[in-house]
Amino acid sequence: MSIIRTENLSKSFGSIVAVDNLNLEISEGEVFGLLGPNGAGKTTTIHMLATLLNPSSGRAFVNGFDVVKQQGDVRRSIGIVFQEPSSDDILTGYENLKLHAMMYGVPKESVEKRIFEALELVDLNDRRNHLVRTYSGGMRRRLELARGLIHRPKVLFLDEPTLGLDPQSREHIWSYIIKMVKDEGVTIILTTHYMEEADMLCNRVGIIDLGKIVVIDSPTNLKKMLGGDIIRLKMTNPNIEAVRKLSYVKNIEFNDNLLTLMVEDAGIHLPRLLEIVGQVESVEMRSPTLNDVFLRYTGKEIRTASPEGGFMERVAAVRSGR
Amino acid sequence: MGEVSGLLAIWYREFIVFTREKSRVIASIVNPLLFLVIFGAGLGSSVSVQDMSYQSFIFPGIIAMTLIFTSIFYGVYIIWDKMLDFLKEVLVAPLSRTTIFIGKVLGGVTDAMIQGSILLIIGILLGLKISFTGIPTALLIMLISAIGLVGIGLIIGSLLERPEGFQLIGTFLNFPLFLLSGALFPIDNLPAWLIPFTYANPVTYTVDALRISLLGTGQFNILVDIAVLLIFASITTVVGTISFRRMKM
Repeated sequence: MSIIRTENLSKSFGSIVAVDNLNLEISEGEVFGLLGPNGAGKTTTIHMLATLLNPSSGRAFVNGFDVVKQQGDVRRSIGIVFQEPSSDDILTGYENLKLHAMMYGVPKESVEKRIFEALELVDLNDRRNHLVRTYSGGMRRRLELARGLIHRPKVLFLDEPTLGLDPQSREHIWSYIIKMVKDEGVTIILTTHYMEEADMLCNRVGIIDLGKIVVIDSPTNLKKMLGGDIIRLKMTNPNIEAVRKLSYVKNIEFNDNLLTLMVEDAGIHLPRLLEIVGQVESVEMRSPTLNDVFLRYTGKEIRTASPEGGFMERVAAVRSGR
Repeated sequence: MGEVSGLLAIWYREFIVFTREKSRVIASIVNPLLFLVIFGAGLGSSVSVQDMSYQSFIFPGIIAMTLIFTSIFYGVYIIWDKMLDFLKEVLVAPLSRTTIFIGKVLGGVTDAMIQGSILLIIGILLGLKISFTGIPTALLIMLISAIGLVGIGLIIGSLLERPEGFQLIGTFLNFPLFLLSGALFPIDNLPAWLIPFTYANPVTYTVDALRISLLGTGQFNILVDIAVLLIFASITTVVGTISFRRMKM
């Protein structure tokens, strides 16, 4: 049985269509990633599934409950870690989790045990009685991951879980997420615009652009679908006609003195290719990444420029005011 | 059950924040104290009202002042919750908006009651002639008034996105509420054009009822005062719940 199902789910803000007839099925226990650039509609999708936004049209079910008609039941079934830090920084880590447990009606006798276990999972028990104000960005994210689990949700939404974190903290968060899936068996829906993140964590990835899912499959299959490895040749005058005749070359692009080819069994075919193509300045060969998949399906690269409102900048801005 | 423990959670959180931000407590006590001690003693050296010292006369008004300032400015914290994104965490919880509103009201009322009570104790220590038997009634009146005033603060807070705007609106609201309440002068022989304003001001009835219960003198019947305050608190609670329901994240 699928734990999440959407039927032509759409959301517009004025004339802007943020999510466009989305049809998704996600099974229990899956780690599903929505991968796409900023503004692709990832957060809007998650907010609709979490009952925070009403769809403009279409329907969605989470844990069998309708996100519009059965909001209370949906909310009790899910946990969500927002893109922005949403813990109270004047409270301790423990107090934040305790409040969460109370708001979700966790039985009194199991509150302490669950807080301990959740903090243990993200290695924060030694800092439980410190104010969140004193936590680093990575620790705050870990706290919020732990918080999302306190009420034992069936589905946990992670909206850009490592946005704005340094590479080391990012890898830490990844290992905690993997641990959460293993220990708690929770279904995870995450959004990200980091390819490595989707590749590393997800069983299946839905590539989303301009509010539409363009393709869904496992990262491995998605890369396989491209049909080979990528060879980039720096050269001025390639013999494209000759290359086109080769059956193992799947895709050819040439611009800015750069010939990009998708080649089946590239290691074997490279020497022959080099003989045919002409005078080459330099050669680069690599396995395809999800970025290549994205590029293939959308015709553009996922922008890697710094995301809007960096995590720690936001924390700093709010903190200085309060 | 979930709603009750959720309500307690929101109240509990406000209380922790209150105890951690000591500057908040001190600041809201200092102003009324300056009024009571300097203004009360200064003007009181040449004025007495209704056969009592001026300081005693304004004491109920100063308690009302604390209630006004603490309660209304409490509304700014909902804006901070929005900015900290903590409000999202609350709004996504399986709680009704009514529960969230009432939890917030309880938090603000607790702040206001603690500060009002501190002021009551200070009044007694200053040797003002306060009727001890009237204190329970006074506390009840403070409670009903605080519910209404906190409601106003939260309604304003739910509508705004930035704290700066709140400061402005809060100040514009607080001073008329305070000055037109009869806190500093008796309202029985005011110029005619001022009278409608004082009668329309809910705090007028707070001051009057406190004066009756603590000093044994007043303008209206205390039951009338309490009835007006109950209506006031009911209206703000209803409007507050609606404005919380409409509040976007």
